[in-house]
This record gives sequence, C-alpha cells and structure tokens, in this order.
Amino acid sequence: MSRTLRPLLNPVLRHRMLWPVVILAALLLLNLFFTNGFFKVEMKDGHLYGSLIDIVRFGAPLILVSLGMTLVIATCGIDLSVGSIVAISGALACLWISELGDQNSIGGVLTAVALGLGLSVALGAWNGFLVAGIGIQPIIATLILMVAGRGVAQLITDGQIITVNSSPYKLIGGGYWLTLPFGIIIVIAVLALTAFLTRRLALGLLIESVGGNAEASRLAGIRSRGVLMMVYAFCGLCAGIAGLMISSNVSSADGNNAGLWIELDAILAVVIGGTSLAGGRFSLGGTVLGALIIQTLTTTIYSIGVPPETTLLFKALVVTIVCLLQSPAFREKAFRRRRRPAAAASASAEEEAGEERVGVSA
Amino acid sequence: MLRRIRALKSISALVLAGAVAFTMAGCGSSDGSAGSSGSGGSGGSSDGKIVMGFSQVGAESGWRTANTKSVQESAQEAGIELKFSDAQQKQENQIKAIRSYIQQKVDVIAFSPVVESGWDTVLKEAKNANIPVILTDRAVDSQDTSLYKTFLGSDFVEEGRKAGQWLVEEYKDSTDPVNIVQLEGTTGSAPANDRKAGFQEVISADSKFKIIASQTGDFTRAKGKEVMEAFLKSNPDIDVLYAHNDDMGLGAIEAIEGAGKVPGKDIKIITVDAVRDGMQALADGKINYIVECSPLLGPQLMDLAKKVVNGEQVPTRVVTEETTFTQEQAKEALPNRKY
Repeated sequence: MSRTLRPLLNPVLRHRMLWPVVILAALLLLNLFFTNGFFKVEMKDGHLYGSLIDIVRFGAPLILVSLGMTLVIATCGIDLSVGSIVAISGALACLWISELGDQNSIGGVLTAVALGLGLSVALGAWNGFLVAGIGIQPIIATLILMVAGRGVAQLITDGQIITVNSSPYKLIGGGYWLTLPFGIIIVIAVLALTAFLTRRLALGLLIESVGGNAEASRLAGIRSRGVLMMVYAFCGLCAGIAGLMISSNVSSADGNNAGLWIELDAILAVVIGGTSLAGGRFSLGGTVLGALIIQTLTTTIYSIGVPPETTLLFKALVVTIVCLLQSPAFREKAFRRRRRPAAAASASAEEEAGEERVGVSA
Repeated sequence: MLRRIRALKSISALVLAGAVAFTMAGCGSSDGSAGSSGSGGSGGSSDGKIVMGFSQVGAESGWRTANTKSVQESAQEAGIELKFSDAQQKQENQIKAIRSYIQQKVDVIAFSPVVESGWDTVLKEAKNANIPVILTDRAVDSQDTSLYKTFLGSDFVEEGRKAGQWLVEEYKDSTDPVNIVQLEGTTGSAPANDRKAGFQEVISADSKFKIIASQTGDFTRAKGKEVMEAFLKSNPDIDVLYAHNDDMGLGAIEAIEGAGKVPGKDIKIITVDAVRDGMQALADGKINYIVECSPLLGPQLMDLAKKVVNGEQVPTRVVTEETTFTQEQAKEALPNRKY
C-alpha cells in the first residue's frame, strides 16, 4: 500500500461498520458462485421478484425487532419478550379479522392493526414499568413476558392456527406497493423516523446517557425513568409491527411458532452491528446491517443447499467469525502475536494479523 | 465480636429455617404422593379409576389440537382420570412432566416425544417406579424396548411410501426426469426422518425421480413459505413439491403463487396430515394428494391403557387407522371433517 493511500484508507479500515459490510459482501459472494441467478431481479406481476428482494422481505420483521432492541440495549437493558409480543400482536389482529363479517373491509383491518399495535405498546410499557418503575433487572423483567406472552398468544388463538382471508391485511407483510414489498416501506419509514428522533433531536443523546449511567443522568436533570419507559414501549411497538408482518405474510396467526427465538436473532443483529451490550452507544445502521447479515445467511443456507442437519453448525461458524472479527480485543491479540513471531500463533491468527498489519501500519 | 456472633446467629437461624422448610416440603410432597398413589393405585382396583399422565408435544398445529381433544374426550368417556401437560415443543419440559408423573405415582404414562433421542434416563426412572409407558404418535430411538409397553401411532415410513407411490403412479407414462423439492419437518423428529425415508425408498426405484433440494421448514407455514421462495429462485425447474405436513405445503402454495406459477398444475404438491385447511386446498385443486395422518387415536389409547394397567399383554406396535385423499375424495370428505 503506498503512503499516499494510507490517510485515505485509514478511516475506512477503522470504521466500525467495516467488518459487518465485509461479511455481508462475503456471503453475497458465496451465493454468486454457488447459486444460479441469485442476483437476478425481475418484474413479476407488477412487482420486483428475486432472491435479493426475498432477503429484505423476510428480513423486514427482524430489522424492525432489532431496531427496537437497539434502543433498549443502548440503555444498558435487554428485551427478551419481543418474540412473544410478535406472537400476541399477530394473534390478536388475526382473531379480530377472522370474526369480521367482511374480512376485506378496510375499517375492520385497520381496527385489528390498531388493536394489535396498541396491545404491543402496552406490553412494552409494562416491561418499561417493571424496569424503570420498580427497578427489576431488564433480563428478569422481560423474561416474565417472554414466558407468559406465549401463553397469552395461545390463549388468544385457543391453541389453533387462525387462518384469515383478507386482502388488505395481506398487504402488510405479503403485499407490494410501488413495485416494492410493503414490509420494506414500513421498515424504511420506521427507520427514518427513529433515525430522525434519535440523531436529529436530542433523544438519542438522552438514551445513550441513560445507558452510560442512569443515576448520573438523573442527577444531570434527565428523566431517566421516562426515557426507559418510552424505549421499552417503542421496542414493543416495533415487535408488534413485526408480528403483524409475519402473520400477514402467511395470512394466519400461529401462537406457538410466530416469532419463536426472534429475540435471540435480534440481539445478535444488534451486537453484529456494533452496539455494545454494556449500553451507552448505539448504531441504527449497524443494526440494519446485522439483521441483513442474519437473513442473508438464512437464505444462503436454503439456496446453496446446506443439509438441514448441519444448518445450525454452519450458522454458528459464520456468527463466530463475525463476532471475532468485530472484537477489537481479538484483533489486537492477533495483531500482537504477529509482532512476536516466537509466540505459537495459529495459521488463521497469522492471516488475520497480516491483514490487520496492512490496515494499520503499512 | 458481638456483631460477629449476631451474624452467626442469624445465619444459623436462616439455615435452620431453610432446613425446616425443606423437611416440611419433603413431608408435604411425600404425603401428597402417598395420597395420590392411594387414590390412584389402590383406588384403581376398587373403583376402577385409572390415572393417566399424558405429556403432549405442544399445540403447534390443528392436527395436534385435534389429537389433544381426542385424548381428553376419550379419557372422559373411558372413565380415566387424565393429568395433561403441554411441553411447548421442548424436550426438557416433557422430561420434567414425566418426572412429575412418576412422583405423583400415576398408573400409566403416555406421551408424544418431541424428538426421538435422549429418553433412556427418564424412561428408566418410570420403569423403576413400575409405571408402564405408552408412546403415542411418535417413537423413540432407544435400543432398550423394555422401557415402554407399546407404541401407538401412525407409521410415518408407510406415509412416506404412500406419498411416493402416488407420485410413481402419476408419472408412470413419462420418461422425462421429475425434479422434486422436499420440505422436511423439524430436523431430528421421527415424522421428518421417516416420511423422508419412506418416500425415498419408493422413488429411488426409478432414476427419473430426483430430489433436487430438501430443507427443513419446521412444520410451520411461515418457514414453509420462506424456504419455498428460496427453492423457486435457485431451482427454476421444479415439477413436484413433497411437504412433510399440510401447513408447510400451505405456506409453499403462497410462495408458488407469488412466483407466478399455478400450484397443483405447474408444480404438483403432495402433503401429509389432512387437516381442514389442507383438505380445503386439496378440494380447491391447489394440492394434488394428501396422505392422512389421523390424530384421533384417543379411543385406542384408552383401550391400551386399560389393558396395560390390568397387566394384559399388548402388541408392541399398534398402528392407527388411516387413509389417503385425492382431490375428488377431499370434496366428499370435507363437510364431515372433525379437524
């Protein structure tokens, strides 16, 4: 690398989004070689159609849940109940629609959506109340709803899968608008709103400050309780929208399986995106990237035909690599080993270190 | 020093309190179990009331709910007291439930294993407690068959074979290669393993049948749709879809329609189960063939339970009565469908 390039490249190489972008690119590259027509996007029935569209379409609920999770984690909290909220909101909306005389009536569907989202916000606020009002640790407070929430969803659906046949409802998660999947448009809207509220207004700073040190923030005049309540309610709302999308995509509500383990995927997406679990800082862009990596990984597994028995292992390997690359401590260690050749460094560590050396000191 | 003594005192008080609570709990539970065994065991001979502990997989589909209802209703009809628990798809919940049944000293334990493996320890505990175990619907892969009395349920391998036989019959006049995609059930579950094996066994006789892609859809509609979307993009030429249950097939139908193809015509669909939504799709021509997997095994289960508790010999394998449906048969059967 020439000396003149260094100052230009350094900010890129040190950017915290570098490694997620590299991994996403690597996954896409894998598909370029192993999957026929992975990058083909065509028009079908007046909307875009292709594997890339699928990734964003099926990834949309995860992106939403992860956005809410990002803010919660930024306050040094965690929300395990999002999967249950996903199930509840979908179940309530589908139950309401299934009992409508005319399932295609827009008013009825809007009421169903409002009911689902209203309950989601209320459940999120309940989490916020437990955390901020009573002072229960977030992982415990939200664990309550994680376990109980599935029960509530099953209660709503009566343990059955509720099938609905409503075209306005179908639009939310399975429909298209302006050739784009409607889910993506919702995601973009929520993302834009969140980015505006947290990055253009002071809200983001307040959230980070509460996450950094809630007591100090309170003494500095920030209503940390209010901020916490709001963040958990927002997380509930995001999960609620995701729940509507998931159930609308298959026109049915499944209290048992809808959103199962999505909380873990969401936490992973947030972490891959560079938000610290210790709170105090967050990256919305990183989270979106993290969620896209997870969904691309899933789609890749289906497309290149990884046998189902080894799917989890394959996922684990990729996630391990991502997390190691993301960790400054690991990179530092690998880098130091390179400088002391006597140390018994593994071949892969050598390689890592080699790249790092090029990046930082060449 | 004084403070230290006080601390010691309070600690010992705590320990004591704990010990008391523990022994009391011990007494309570032993009392409880003695009581329940009294009403169960001895009561079993005097008023004939058998106590059955039943651990269900979950309520993941309409099929499972119908299965649960069938067990509950026939228990009531047969005069058997049923202790029911829902494992919510988790093996550890099921093991916990079985252990609690052993503690409660029920007369017979019946359960549908979530997965095939890992049951030996808890089943040995049941055997040591002299409680007979009946497996329903799904088998376990234990080497030691003395761990359970009998297995009542569908023959999933046979279901796979039936699906394969229809396919062979459907394409008997054609020599072109037939590209098949398969949506498997939850990885490691008996129905997924067996339905795959039975199907494979039949179609492998003719080399024109090729399974070009096979992935798990976890028996759910959402996953079935997601996986089918990926199949449709990476394999432009699909002739047949074989889904291990109706729900995944229903999800896949949406994906196929989204790709601008006609389910049932452009891509022939075979599923297993025959739940109401699936039968509806079959009658509408979107599915071509359904192999029934009947959940209504309650009456047979109660019958077996009575025999087992009375010490009668029962066959180690009892198969539930099942059939298959074509589109015409579905139209006839649909109005009287229970689930």
